[in-house]
Amino acid sequence: MMDQTFVELSRWQFAITAMYHFLFVPLTLGLTWLLVIMETVYVMTGKEIYRDMTKFWGKLFGINFALGVTTGLTMEFEFGTNWSYYSHYVGDVFGAPLAIEGLMAFFLESTFIGLFFLGWDKLSKRQHLGVTFMTAIGSNLSALWILVANGWMQNPVGSIFSPDTMRMEMQSFAEVLFNPVAQVKFVHTVAAGYVTASMFALGISSWYILKGRDLAFARRSFAVAAGFGLASVLSVIVLGDESGYELGDVQKVKLAAIEAEWETQPAPADFTLIGFPSQETKSTAAAIKIPYLMGLITTRSLDKPVLGLNDLEAQHEQRIRSGQIAYAELQKIRAGDASPETRAAFDAHAKDIGYGLLLKQFVEDPATASEDQIKAAAASTIPTVWPLFWAFRFMVGFGFLMLFIFGAAFYLNAAKKLDRNRWIYRLALLAIPLPWLSSELGWFVAEFGRQPWAIGEVLPTTLATSSLTSGDLIFSIGGFVTLYTGLLIIEMYLMFKFARLGPSSLGTGRYHFEQGAVAHAAE
Amino acid sequence: MFDYEILKFIWWILVGALLIGFAITDGMDMGVGSLLPFVAKTDQERRIAINTVGPHWDGNQVWLITAGGAIFAAWPMVYAAAFSGFYMAMLLVLFALFFRPVGFDYRSKLESPKWRNAWDWGLFVGGAVPALIFGVAFGNLLQGVPFQLDELLRSHYQGSLLFALIPLLNPFALLAGLISLAMLTVHGAIWLQLRASGPVASRAATIAIRLAPAVTVAFALAGVWLWYGFEGYRIVSEPAHNALPNPLAKEVVRASGAWFDIYRTLPIAMIVPALGLAGPLLTALLAMAKRPGLAFVTSALGMTGIIGTAGLSMFPFVMPSSLDPKSSLTIWDASSSHLTLNVMFWAVVIFLPIVLAYTVWCYARMWGRVTAEEIDARSHQAY
Repeated sequence: MMDQTFVELSRWQFAITAMYHFLFVPLTLGLTWLLVIMETVYVMTGKEIYRDMTKFWGKLFGINFALGVTTGLTMEFEFGTNWSYYSHYVGDVFGAPLAIEGLMAFFLESTFIGLFFLGWDKLSKRQHLGVTFMTAIGSNLSALWILVANGWMQNPVGSIFSPDTMRMEMQSFAEVLFNPVAQVKFVHTVAAGYVTASMFALGISSWYILKGRDLAFARRSFAVAAGFGLASVLSVIVLGDESGYELGDVQKVKLAAIEAEWETQPAPADFTLIGFPSQETKSTAAAIKIPYLMGLITTRSLDKPVLGLNDLEAQHEQRIRSGQIAYAELQKIRAGDASPETRAAFDAHAKDIGYGLLLKQFVEDPATASEDQIKAAAASTIPTVWPLFWAFRFMVGFGFLMLFIFGAAFYLNAAKKLDRNRWIYRLALLAIPLPWLSSELGWFVAEFGRQPWAIGEVLPTTLATSSLTSGDLIFSIGGFVTLYTGLLIIEMYLMFKFARLGPSSLGTGRYHFEQGAVAHAAE
Repeated sequence: MFDYEILKFIWWILVGALLIGFAITDGMDMGVGSLLPFVAKTDQERRIAINTVGPHWDGNQVWLITAGGAIFAAWPMVYAAAFSGFYMAMLLVLFALFFRPVGFDYRSKLESPKWRNAWDWGLFVGGAVPALIFGVAFGNLLQGVPFQLDELLRSHYQGSLLFALIPLLNPFALLAGLISLAMLTVHGAIWLQLRASGPVASRAATIAIRLAPAVTVAFALAGVWLWYGFEGYRIVSEPAHNALPNPLAKEVVRASGAWFDIYRTLPIAMIVPALGLAGPLLTALLAMAKRPGLAFVTSALGMTGIIGTAGLSMFPFVMPSSLDPKSSLTIWDASSSHLTLNVMFWAVVIFLPIVLAYTVWCYARMWGRVTAEEIDARSHQAY
């Protein structure tokens, strides 16, 4: 049995380091494409202002990118340092996309990024555009591979547990790669990154316009961001990862928890817009419901039911009992029993071995668990509902707010009505934090909603840790929080400084503060 | 699909190649970082040194990340046992590495000398500390690591918190750490002799000429110490090499001289340590003859010899256990499944040549000495 305080600390550390990392990732994913768009216009038209735009937004990109790399290093090694049993148990499947991410994506992104910043004078126009494009492809491919890895944690396809090696082993690489959960998550995540970058550029450009500075520069940036942002936010919402919730048991639980659906409703199910879910009473107080909507959204049909949490829990209890048998047979195999009968008995219950392992949190030998322990394990398969319920609603709410902002910005720009509607500038500036909030909430829903599993239905989080102590974790969490926060403060300081300075920071002599300086010198 | 046994062996070569690739590329940046406060005094000199690696350090660092990912994919149990067992050392490496991306990108964004000096020390820490710790880790692997596997193959490490760090820093491991730090520093110095200009290049050459022979001496000393001072590990009985991996199925004994078995059974293998001894000496001579291009090659070969010797001497062990020798992890019993090794093998065969090709293109485009005039002219862009 694992020390639960230690498990909690391990989870906190992973959550903190991953969420810090994802403060920087979305901007990288999206801003690279904005840079590609701006630089393409420069190469095609030869207009200097587009080169300046690429360079300036590239400067802000660099400030953000540095911390993305810094916090990303931790992620590559943290599975081994803090989730060592996880690493052993699923490394055969999970390690492959991570290694391919390095080979195929990180190399591409990181090798060319240096030339993006420092190669302006050493490359031809087209070569430099090629470099920018490679960086964008590389960063987006890295998102693909990490989401293939993460999608497998949510819906572990293409693999099977081997009692001989005591781990999950890959059966089909193609199934792991084309895991539908991974594919929808990839689209959802990169599009969210594009939204982040667009809101960032839209908001900062708006500020220049409100200040009346560098108008030609700011208006062009605003237009690019509005167009790209509108397309992206539509992708996030329309292609969102809703379809992923049909697949795999973990996703079903997550869906039911997000919707606070305790009892299975007759199809098509109502959608609970707002309410106060309670884990104790297994009900949602003051619920405001929209008839039929959830059934339509999640099953795209009028006749398929959406399973409720209580039914799911009852199913899990049965699988835990089956998992007990699997565990008992596994013990015999590990002890050297090579008889075909034992193997057949194990195989009959092999798909539930993960459920058997859930009991490890409550009893040393799952085969001997009491009725109460089985009930407790079944209850543990349902994550705490209210944080998921609310996090999801805020994420979606922010998404629609951003849809409105981008829609308005795009329309007003296209209709040339921006001058009479300066409220859009103020709104865009205030909205800069929204995509970050949505992304963090989205990851919270995806990962907290996966609990109690590290790998859905395969490996419980409590077993996945390393054999460290709470003291080790307190030390390392302290180190990460101190260093990350210190670096984040420095990053924000630079970001604000250069965003305020605007294109004048390029030293071309063509922009606001430089002309001021020239004027001063002339006086 | 290749035979399982052959794939297991190929992956030992590939992980070794990634680690050597890391030393040659990112080791160079770490060497430059370690040298930064000493070879470059003024801000302009420091910018010259930094900008010789400025466009490339990030791509180079991916060798480390990919090596980590490859160990995860090919030897999950090694990734699990080593990274959690060396917890405090890994944290130290990570915390030090944090200062590199921000050091490179933020340093020259503000004019303040205090700001710039602080990041220069950050780059120093980010170069020197990992270089030292990686050597310390190899020094400990050669002595065996105090971990064991339970019946569910969970690894348990003896000792925890900072107390686990102190035994890691034993004299032999520190010697290994110094060899690692010194060889990467020499490598960085040769790079500066090749690509920097003015006093930075000449100071770097002087350091390379003085430090490189010390690498050879320390490497030889470590070999003698290993022979007389430490027992190696030897497999007494084991399942077939292409069997399903199960570390607990073998018998292992500790025996003095076991780490030299390979050179007795396969004398040609002695080429590898010979390369480790000769490489640094040739590097010093070529640096003296003002041939930094060739010196860079011999330095790379020397590091290949030194890293290769550590790996080869332990073959087929990757992570011997001092606590419970049969828990030791070898390339035969800590590998991934046949399918995963095969998929990953083809991923490497396809992508590594592409990576090498565009890496060469990038270096070629940015080639040329970094000069003071260039830094002044591109003050707003350069690192």
